[in-house]
Parts: sequence; structure tokens; C-alpha cells
Amino acid sequence: MIAEVGHYALVLALALALIQSVVPLIGARARDGALMAVATPTALAQFAFVALSFVMLVSCYVGSDFSVRNVFENLHSAMPLIYKFTSTWGNHEGSMLLWVLILSLFGALVAVFAANIPDTLKATVLAVQAWIAATFYLFILTTSNPFLRLDPAPFEGRDLNPILQDLGLAIHPPLLYLGYVGFSISFSFAVAALIEGRIDAAWARRVRPWLLVAWMCLTAGISMGSYWAYYELGWGGWWFWDPVENASLMPWLVGTALLHSAVVMEKREALKIWNLLLAILTFSLSLIGTFLVRSGVLTSVHAFASDPLRGVFILAILVLFIGGGLGLFAWRAPLLRQGGLFAPVSREGALVLNNLFLTTACATVFVGTLYPLALEALTGEKISVGAPFFNTTFGPVFACLLVALPFGPLLSWKRGDLAGVAQRLAGAFLVALIGLAASFVLEGKPLLAPLGVGLALFVITGAVTDICERIGLLRTPLATVLRRAAGLPRSAWGTAFAHLGLGITLLGIVGETQWGAERIVSVKPGDKVAVRNYDVTFDRTFNRTGPNYTELAAAFTVRRHGEIVGVMEPSKRNFAARQMTTTESALMARGVSQLYLSLGEVNADGSVGIRLYYKPLVLLIWLGGVVMVLGGGLSLSDRRLRVGAPKPARAKAAVMVPAE
Amino acid sequence: MTLWFILGIMTAAALVAVIWPLARARELQSPASDLAVYRDQLEEVERDRADGRIDHDEFEAARVEVSRRLLGAAAAATVEAAPRSGRRIAALASAVVAVPLIAGSLYLVLGSPDLPGEPIASRGTGEGQPNSVAALIARIEAHLEAEPSDGRGWEVIAPVYMRLERYDDAVKARRNALNLLGATAQREVDLGEALAMAAGGVVTADSKAAFDHAAALDAENPKAMFYLGLAALQDGSAGEAARIWHNLIAKAPPNAPWLPVVREQLARIENPSAPPPPGPGPEDVAAVSQMPPEARNQFIRGMVERLASRLHEDGSDVEGWLRLLRAYMVMGERDKAKTAASEARGALAREPEKLKLLDEGIRDLHVAD
Repeated sequence: MIAEVGHYALVLALALALIQSVVPLIGARARDGALMAVATPTALAQFAFVALSFVMLVSCYVGSDFSVRNVFENLHSAMPLIYKFTSTWGNHEGSMLLWVLILSLFGALVAVFAANIPDTLKATVLAVQAWIAATFYLFILTTSNPFLRLDPAPFEGRDLNPILQDLGLAIHPPLLYLGYVGFSISFSFAVAALIEGRIDAAWARRVRPWLLVAWMCLTAGISMGSYWAYYELGWGGWWFWDPVENASLMPWLVGTALLHSAVVMEKREALKIWNLLLAILTFSLSLIGTFLVRSGVLTSVHAFASDPLRGVFILAILVLFIGGGLGLFAWRAPLLRQGGLFAPVSREGALVLNNLFLTTACATVFVGTLYPLALEALTGEKISVGAPFFNTTFGPVFACLLVALPFGPLLSWKRGDLAGVAQRLAGAFLVALIGLAASFVLEGKPLLAPLGVGLALFVITGAVTDICERIGLLRTPLATVLRRAAGLPRSAWGTAFAHLGLGITLLGIVGETQWGAERIVSVKPGDKVAVRNYDVTFDRTFNRTGPNYTELAAAFTVRRHGEIVGVMEPSKRNFAARQMTTTESALMARGVSQLYLSLGEVNADGSVGIRLYYKPLVLLIWLGGVVMVLGGGLSLSDRRLRVGAPKPARAKAAVMVPAE
Repeated sequence: MTLWFILGIMTAAALVAVIWPLARARELQSPASDLAVYRDQLEEVERDRADGRIDHDEFEAARVEVSRRLLGAAAAATVEAAPRSGRRIAALASAVVAVPLIAGSLYLVLGSPDLPGEPIASRGTGEGQPNSVAALIARIEAHLEAEPSDGRGWEVIAPVYMRLERYDDAVKARRNALNLLGATAQREVDLGEALAMAAGGVVTADSKAAFDHAAALDAENPKAMFYLGLAALQDGSAGEAARIWHNLIAKAPPNAPWLPVVREQLARIENPSAPPPPGPGPEDVAAVSQMPPEARNQFIRGMVERLASRLHEDGSDVEGWLRLLRAYMVMGERDKAKTAASEARGALAREPEKLKLLDEGIRDLHVAD
């Protein structure tokens, strides 16, 4: 019965979404308040029903109800409770349900928190949101229904892919989805602006909190995903340029561009059309990302044979929203009034440059990811576009962006003074040069490394300089500095932190890729392997039993300059139900660097193959991600983004204006 | 019934979300918030000026720009046309019809309202229940880990692995049993079968070797012969397969339950264009082996019931009766087997030859004890 209630709740959500996608829109056209008001309760009810549906599916999983086909295919009754829980979204059907849950959550949030949005805009936005929702409910119900039943119920399930039995799965996809789906709001806002034929600075300000939330979640999601791949896959790599990763990077790049251009829009009412285009593109890439991740435009190229309906439906969704969005853009955008003008060298100019670099970077990733797919779909020829392509195309573009980055926040609006800004960045130049020279002397080759360190330090010090300049550190008395620091808009802090985080990540990337050391050897008990200042002694192997697996673990003693610093126990897990083995690496953090040890072949004579890596500064890669998210959070908490959260006095005064 | 009640309440709740806003008369709010945004920008410009971050000219320019936007927004913020109640009633009516109609019809197509939920706790086989299959397997596995030289233990768990489709484990278990308890034709056959299942039904070289050993130990072992024939057929020598199977049929006791299967396979080789005989073909058997165990049991039960009703109509098929009796015995339904045996005796009372075959079969199957 639980499954049936969940199923019906989803069907009801579809019915409500259909109402919500038509009635408020008619209301907005006819300026009928009651019709428009339908949007809010339907959006809330939609969320309530999808949430109910999701909870029901989760309880089917937790209760191991194998009469539900989806549970049977992805669960084993012996799995630990936490993984029973996370299995819910560890498969295509369940993850699509999670996707619409988040979509309806965002819809409900807009309905509740957007009290300050003009009624017509709000009604149109929620109607567009409902188009997306209705399409996805229909997709789930007809091609990926998690509530289909089996009769009679099988007596044991097939288990979840062991690689996915990890805490990373509990957090990573939901975060990514929060990011992807969050961009649906800016898409809805853009489409609503096109339908209304009106877009202004206030529009940009209203979109910004949603953009920030989506961007933060996506940043955190990508960062987490990268760390997950790092420790779970056992190869010590943290970014593989594989299509699934690229799929999440593309909306991030364009979304970041949008975040920046929306600032220009908000301050200067410039770049209106560009903003709308970016909003549409960001969500389009998010959609592509959604399908690349799970069902895969990718795998669906192959899955067409096995499940043509699903493949066709996915293509239809992409065509409908990407094509529809761009079509509407082409039709309506020329009608929009142009906004403010600015000189090439100005804050606006810098943000446009940022946009150009980010979209170019995204284009290189897009080509590298989709060209092989298109080629394979059309000619059947398989080519692989790997790291070398991305490093030589994406790398330089992004490096240019980073060189320009510290200048942006220091330039003033409208007309900037490049020489003056360069002067103020002299300190940052100096730090970067010292860092470059020091790392060249200390570590030497490869030449790229000191350059990378210099660039990273430039970005980091640039961000610090920005704040120092704003609060007048070293130029004004301390009391003034503190007052200014307190009075500085949180968004300024946010900008600095986000840029700082990017610099930190870059530092980690340079350290890990340029100075890392690896040993791939076969060892017998008692053997010692040295890497950098550490040596690792293989002691013994032993067996352990987990809840639904057995594992062969190996114990290693780690010494630094002869002194014991700890024990590492990498293992190989064998999951009986799926007959699969996973590699569990052992990680030992030393400051922000890490030792990484994973097991390879275990031989009959007692020797084991091991991969031992020393990864200098590697933790900075993800620490930088955390700092970026923190920056986003600071920006989001900016008082100015909350305008119109009901402030009676001001609202009354504002309403009086037209009467005057 | 409870389910329909709950679904009804859910539908009502959904309708409230649509009806409630439409039923309330509500006027358009002016877009005051645009003004708030620009006022806020003005404040910011003034703050920047006070902090000395912009000079007077910049301040003036920015102030003028923002003020212009403020005026524009104020001009746009005029209250709009009065609502028409006819439109609202139309919206209300169509929503009240559409929501239950869409939801109800979709659910009736997609849902399975008459299937009860079967969470594992309610099935008496769940984890935590002392006699669940999972718990039993875990107990035997723990025992075998402590005492891997217990050949009987391996022999007990092997068929369980086969049933759970954990063929690799089954191979391991059967190989251990064979090594520990010594080779017999039956153990070699079991190993060969597990190997073949692990390879997706293909008689591999390993698997064939096991059947060869079995045949060496007991040249008459029918299962070994059957699989060796299948191996020959998979190797492309249909003639050899036919020879082996003819041999098998010639030596078989006339009431052997597997005879029809072999005959059927043989017929396929010798007359490829012949229509597949009634009853489950090899594809069906393969399909059955792919099914989850519960579904498979259901499938088998259905087959047995069909056989029983066919024999009830026409009781002259002695082989059919024997198949039915054997099926009942395998399923542990001795009472049904006894009833069927007496029914069969009655049906065959006038054909002494068949009756003799039947009685022999009943004895071999130990239906009476």
C-alpha cells in the first residue's frame, strides 16, 4: 500500500503541475489576481505530494519491500540501513524522483520566499517551473517509474552496485541535483522575462539568490564528487575529464558566468540579452548534465536499443526546453530595451571578459565531451578525447581568466583606471613572484609548476588586496578600518572568499599534478617502499567481514625519517550478491598533503601489488571548493538580497508613490 | 478499501490547493518591490559616497541613473484591469474536473492498487528473523569459514547457492565437496552443472571435463550423458549429440521423468523445422532459470496445475501422471501426490501395462511412505 500511495502522490503532482502551468499564465496575461494566485498553493501542494511520494519510496527501500521492482533491482536485505536509505537514489528511477523532489522544492521556495516579486512575474515564473515539472513527472511515470510492482514479490533483491555503497553517494548526487535544478529557477525567470517582455535591474536582483544557491550546491557537489572519485576508485586521480564529470563542469562554468553578468545587470542594467541567453544555456547544460550522469545521453546512445522509449523521451525533453528556450529568446529578445553603456576598461568590461573566458572554456569542454558521442552515434567510430585535449585547450583559457581575475573587483564601474589598479596589485605581483622563485629553487622542474604557484598566489593575494583596499587597511586608522569592515556588504566578502577559494584550489592542483610521486610495486611481508620522506612497510594481510561483504585487508606501517607515524590498511572488498570486488584505498593526511595507498593484485605467494602515492597539497583542491561555497554563502546572506522580505513601513511608502 | 480511502483524501487535498485561491476574491498587488530594490541601490550609493569610495561626480551620475530607474518602475506600478468572475468559474470548473480525471485515469493505467505491500519484516524471511534464508546462509558460511574441511557442509550449501543464482559460490562449494568427500558420479555432475550455469548455460571445457569424469565413474549417468550431448551440440556436432542422446534413451528406464526433455531436444536436432512441442521449450526453461526464485516457484506451480487439469480431463497419459507425481513430491506435497496416484490408478484401471508402469513409478518415488 505504501508504494501505491507514493505512486498516486506522484500522479497527483503531475495533475497539479498541469494546472499550475496553465491557469497562472492565463491569469498573468489577463491580469487576474485570483488566477495568478493559484500558482502559490499548487506549487506548495506539488512539493508536498512529491515529498510524500519520495518518503514512500524510501520506506519501501528501508523496509526491503521487494514487491516494488525498483527495490528488487537495487537492494539486498542484508545491506546496512544507511545504504538501504541511499540506495533509493542510487539508480536511475530513484534519482529522477529525487530530481523532481528538488525541482518541486525550489518551486515551493519561490512560492513562499518571493513575496516581493510582482504578481505577474511570479505567476509566470511558477508556470514555467510547472512546465518543467510536468514534463519530468510524465517522463518518470511513463519511462522510469520507480513504483512498478512485481507479483509475486521476489524473495531477495539484486543488491546495489558496490561502488555506490558509500557515504559519498548519500551526499554527492543530491548536491549536484540541487545545483542543476537550482538553475531551473533562473531559466524560469528568463523565460518569464521574455514572455513579459520586460527585464530590469530588479529582475537581476531577484534571480541572484537562486543563482547563488544553485551555484553553491553545484560547486559543493562537483568538489565532493571529485573527492569521492579520488578515494573510492583507487587510482588516486581526482578529475578524469570523463563525460559525467564534464557534464557537471559545463553548467558550473556557464552558471559562474551568469552569476557575474547578473551583477552587471543589477548594477547597470546592461547585458540584458546576454543574461537571458546565459540563463537559458545554463539550465540547458544542467539538463544535459542530468541525463549524462544517470541514464546518460551517453549511455542512452547505447540504451536506445534496450529502452528506446526512454531515449526518445530524453531527446524530446532536451529539444523542448533547449530548443524552446532558445527559440523564445530569438523571437522575444530583440524587443527588449537596451541598458546602460560602459567603457571597455571598467568593472563591467572585466565581467564581460570573465564571461567570454568562462563561456569559451565551457565550449572547449562541450566539444571535447560531445564530439566523440556525436561521432559514435553518427558513424559508429569510437574515439576517446582525454586529458591531453582538455589540458591544452581548457588549461590556457582558464589560466588567462585567472590572470585577469584579481583586476576585476578593483576596477570601478563605468570607467576604470587599469594603471591605478595595477599599481594597487603591486603587492600581489610581488608575492606571486616570490612564490614563483621560491618554488623554482626548492622544487625546480617542471617549469609549469612554479608558474602555476605564482598564478595561484596572485589570485589569492589579489582577493586579499581587494578586501584590504575596500576597508582601507594600512591607510586609515584602525577604528575606521574596523567600521568599514563591518559595513562592507557581505557580497564583497563573498566575492573575495570565492576568488580566494579558486586560488587555493589552483594551488592544490599544481602541487598534486606537478610534484606528486608514485610507486607501483609488488611487495612481500617485511618489504619497505619509500616515497618522498616516507617509507611504508608491508606487515601482513588479514580477512575482515562486513555486513554484506568480506574483505582482504593489508596492514602497512608508515614511517617518516624512521619514526612511526601511523598504520594504513587498504583492502579489497568482495560483495557476494553481485559477485563484485571494490578497492578501498587507505588515505593518510599529513598537513594538507596525503599519502595514498591502494591494493592491486594479491598473489598466491603472499605478495601484493600496491600503488603508493605521495600527493602534496592535494587537500587544498577540495578545501578551495569549501572556501568558494563559503563565499557564495556570504554573498547570499547579504542584506540587500533580502529586499522586500516584508518591511511594512517601506512597502507602504512605496505603494503611495503612484498615487502622488 | 483503505487504500481507496487514502487516495480519495489525497485527491481532495490536491483540489483544495486549486479551489482555495480561486474562491477567494483577490486584487492585484502593485509591484512595489521594484521600488524597494532601487531605493536600496540609492542608499548604497550614498553609503559609498560617505565612505569616500566614490567621488562627487560619480555619486551624482550614479544617483541620477538609479533615480531614473526608480521613476520608471513607479510609472509601471499602476493597478490593472478588474478581474472577471466568469473566467474564474471556468478555471475552477476545469480544475475540479481535470485533477481527479488526470490523476485517476493515469493511476488506473499505471498503478497496482490490489497488490499489498510486502516489506520483508512481514514475510517471516527478513533479516533479524532467526530462520530467514539469509540468516541460515550466514550461519553455514560462518561455520564453513571456521571449518573449511567439512565436506557435508559444502554439500548442503551448494544447492542453496544454485537457487540464489550465486553460481560462482556454488562452483566453489561443489568443488570443495568433491575434493573433501571424494569423487562420485553425482558430485562430478553437480560440479559440471554449476560450472555450466556460472558460464551462463554454456558447457565450458571445465564443465565438460567434470561430466567426462562422471561418465567414467558411471557410464549410465543420465545427467552426464545429457550434458555431454549438449556439449557436443554446442561444439557443432549434432550427429554426435544425437548419438549420445539416442544411447541415453535406449538405456533409460521407460518412466524416467527426463525422457520427454531429451526426446524433444533430439527431435529438434533431427528435424529442425518441426514445430516446438507443447510445454516448456529450452527457451522457457532458460527464462525460468532467470526468474527470481519466488517468480520461478509461481511459474512452476502454474505449470504443475495445468498438467494436473489436463490429466484430469484425459487420464490415459501415464508419463504425464508420473511427471505430476514427481513434481508434487519435489514440491513436498505428499498428500496431493497420494490423491493424484489414486486418481491415476482409477484412470488407467483398464490398461494393465500402463498401470504396471505407474505402480513402478509410485514405488520409486516413495509416494506411499
